[in-house]
Amino acid sequence: MPLYYDDDQAMLADSASDFMREEGAIAKQLRHWRDRDCKDGFGHGLWEQFGEMGFTGILLPEEDGGLGMGQVEANIVLEEIGANLTPSPFLSSSVLAATALKHGSDDTRGRWLPDLVAGKNVYAVAIDEGPKHRPERIACKAEKSGNGFKLTGKKDFVVYGASAEMIVVAARTSGSDSDTDGITLFAVPQDADGMSHDSVRLVDSSMASHITFDGVDLDGDAVIGEVDGGREILNAMLRAGRVGAAAEGVGVARGAMDMTVDYLKQRKQFGTLIGTFQALQHRAAHLYSEVEIARAVVLKAAQLVDGESEKAELMTSVAKAKVAKAAGLAVREGVQMHGGIGMTDEYDIGLYMKRERALQEFLGDMYYHAGRVAELSGY
Amino acid sequence: MADLEQFRAETRSWLEANCPPEMREPVETDKDVYWGGRNATFKNDAQKAWFEACRDKGYTVPMWPKEYGGAGLSAPEAKVLREEMARINARPPLSSFGIWMLGPALLHFGTEGQKQRFLNEIARGEIRWCQGYSEPGSGSDLVSMQTYGEDKGDHWIVNGQKIWTSYADEADWIFCLVRTDKDNKYQGITFMLFDMAGDGVSTKPIKLISGNSPFCETFMDDVKVPKSYGEDVPAYVGEINRGWDVAKYLLGHEREMISATGGVDRASSLGAVTSRQGELDPVLRSEMALFDVDALAFTAMSEKFLDEVKIGKGHPAQPNMLKYAGTEMNKRRHELLMAAGGSRTLEWESEETENGKPARSWLRTKANSIEGGTSEIMLNVISKRILELPGA
Ligand SMILES: Cc1cc2nc3c(=O)[nH]c(=O)nc-3n(C[C@H](O)[C@H](O)[C@H](O)COP(=O)(O)OP(=O)(O)OC[C@H]3O[C@@H](n4cnc5c(N)ncnc54)[C@H](O)[C@@H]3O)c2cc1C
Ligand SMILES: Cc1cc2nc3c(=O)[nH]c(=O)nc-3n(C[C@H](O)[C@H](O)[C@H](O)COP(=O)(O)OP(=O)(O)OC[C@H]3O[C@@H](n4cnc5c(N)ncnc54)[C@H](O)[C@@H]3O)c2cc1C
Repeated sequence: MPLYYDDDQAMLADSASDFMREEGAIAKQLRHWRDRDCKDGFGHGLWEQFGEMGFTGILLPEEDGGLGMGQVEANIVLEEIGANLTPSPFLSSSVLAATALKHGSDDTRGRWLPDLVAGKNVYAVAIDEGPKHRPERIACKAEKSGNGFKLTGKKDFVVYGASAEMIVVAARTSGSDSDTDGITLFAVPQDADGMSHDSVRLVDSSMASHITFDGVDLDGDAVIGEVDGGREILNAMLRAGRVGAAAEGVGVARGAMDMTVDYLKQRKQFGTLIGTFQALQHRAAHLYSEVEIARAVVLKAAQLVDGESEKAELMTSVAKAKVAKAAGLAVREGVQMHGGIGMTDEYDIGLYMKRERALQEFLGDMYYHAGRVAELSGY
Repeated sequence: MADLEQFRAETRSWLEANCPPEMREPVETDKDVYWGGRNATFKNDAQKAWFEACRDKGYTVPMWPKEYGGAGLSAPEAKVLREEMARINARPPLSSFGIWMLGPALLHFGTEGQKQRFLNEIARGEIRWCQGYSEPGSGSDLVSMQTYGEDKGDHWIVNGQKIWTSYADEADWIFCLVRTDKDNKYQGITFMLFDMAGDGVSTKPIKLISGNSPFCETFMDDVKVPKSYGEDVPAYVGEINRGWDVAKYLLGHEREMISATGGVDRASSLGAVTSRQGELDPVLRSEMALFDVDALAFTAMSEKFLDEVKIGKGHPAQPNMLKYAGTEMNKRRHELLMAAGGSRTLEWESEETENGKPARSWLRTKANSIEGGTSEIMLNVISKRILELPGA
């Protein structure tokens, strides 16, 4: 498959770009909600607009009311989200949770998908246990109890967990903590007894929960897919989420870079535009190279995910790690080249730095993914 | 040496008697720092007692001469005092831009009258000073600054805007670079001293990305600055139109200070500060180890530099190198601390992180390579003054 957008994808990119620039702009969304100390961390109105645009169901098949598109298309939306720092539950709900729900029974899909597609409901995913992403190890337990299960344990970094009508929880139904098998996914509704949230604002103004499950009773039909057969679905979710986060990271990098390059063309010191200093020109040119390379590998990885290629796993980790490096560079260079005003809350460049940090940590940082690259490459 | 050992013994027992236990705890918030000034308040009795004991002994500024409020300590004695204070984790009794910046400038350039008045006020924590250098249009190119003082015979009328004036909203007086000759770039700036309570001075806090607002924009709107505050107390340091010499002297001093602390306090190895070493991701661990290589090597460089300074050796532009390397390293250090701490360190408002301390500290370090001259400017200076590259 060629590594450029086809006509439909190019059209989607245009409309996503226009939409996010208009409706998802920093002043209209991120700053607006942040400065009002919004407990959701995003605007429900915008989420409904996502629904009107069809974005909410972008990965879902048409029979579920979705657009029946793939990772490449979801990534197109995510890159624009990144470039505009648009706070939204898109990655959690429409990429991660939707990927899980695709594997649900007719009942499960019927119960949860229509309200997602409509932009009414928000869903979250609970994977991490502890401050670092280690999905190989899952200790959160779901024990058989009557016709259903009893869920006990803790989850961390559940993005937008407190706003979610339903949370997809990866829990252990058999085996020991580090076993690959024995994982089951559950759709846990918001009002489940025994589930408590400690919802915390993060550096990028988004919200995330530490969740405690204290013997939460779940019906058998809360199971997504097969009992003990959740690892494959979890892996599919992780691939989609990681490539998606990488696409958003490319957007963050692009936004920060564009803003910085613009600034080099405006700011004068020593009687000349600072963009005339070769010390800065070379760094901007280097940054451009890195961001372009990162964008290429994200597109490659997304295509491999869509094609269900066996290389998808490797290239997903390459993409996630490469973007962390490139976007990290973009925001650090961005702040530095803005000089003092880059440190002020009034300028947007610092917001890019904050978002990049949270995104980099989400679903594995560059160290974790570099380690996976080594492993998958056989060393 | 015997004298020095006796001095150490005396200092130790003096500190034992005078430094309250509360003042031996690490500084946690800005309230733990006593800045002095007209409107200063003490956080608690311990802070007051510690400050007053030091003030009376001259230990707010140990190396300044006694007649200006100091203790007149020699450099080796001052080092002993520092070591003994560090041994018990004693907090600085008084912090201020007067001590760090204006004081050294006055000791070097001031008149006897200025020293008598201003140094004593600083040492006794009576007047809190702030620094008015940078302007919105003049950061790296500081000498292009435009704030203008019109000569009116016995006074100037000052108009203009400064930015990044630290704590200007809490300061009493400002030492301020003011252009007094528009036709002469370098020799047209006067280093003025004036009271901010006067008419026409206003301040507006700047909120940083870390959420704190210790800096201000300072606006001067027809501010009347008399040329003299009494016999032998001119309202400017050095000569009129020669303020750049003073500013340059201070910038060198500031960089030395930043680089010295950058080396000793901040670049310490990472292993000691992460409690999760056992669980560390192997790739992150390698990255941290490579950082430690740089950090520990840099500590040796700082030490070498400080030793060479004492005997007047070493290239005078080396502080630029230390400032560059030390601040870049501190940024990297905090990146790694964030990675090691994982999603917990992303928290902005939680009890466990004491309201986002790791994230806010990480963001604050990003200014290290900007404040006091950017990394790029440091590298330019190295290229020019040490490597003597053409056109640099
Ligand atoms: C293995 C090899 C194969 C080659 N094959 C060919 C060939 O097939 N055909 C051919 O014609 N030539 C060939 N060359 C020559 C090559 O193109 C030149 O070496 C190259 O263009 C650099 O020129 P220079 O060696 O004069 O270095 P210089 O131009 O003198 O450069 C010296 C250094 O200054 C830097 N520099 C120069 N200008 C600037 C600037 N404006 N800004 C910033 N930095 C600058 C350079 O990057 C370099 O680091 C080859 C060279 C090598 C090493
Ligand atoms: C937290 C903080 C505290 C500060 N405290 C003080 C203070 O107490 N007192 C005070 O007076 N000022 C203070 N400053 C201001 C600081 O000194 C300036 O921000 C700094 O000198 C850079 O100036 P600028 O912000 O105007 O950036 P600019 O000079 O506009 O620089 C923008 C970018 O261009 C680069 N650049 C500029 N010139 C060149 C060149 N010739 N070659 C290559 N690159 C170049 C810079 O390195 C930077 O990356 C503080 C700043 C911060 C952020």
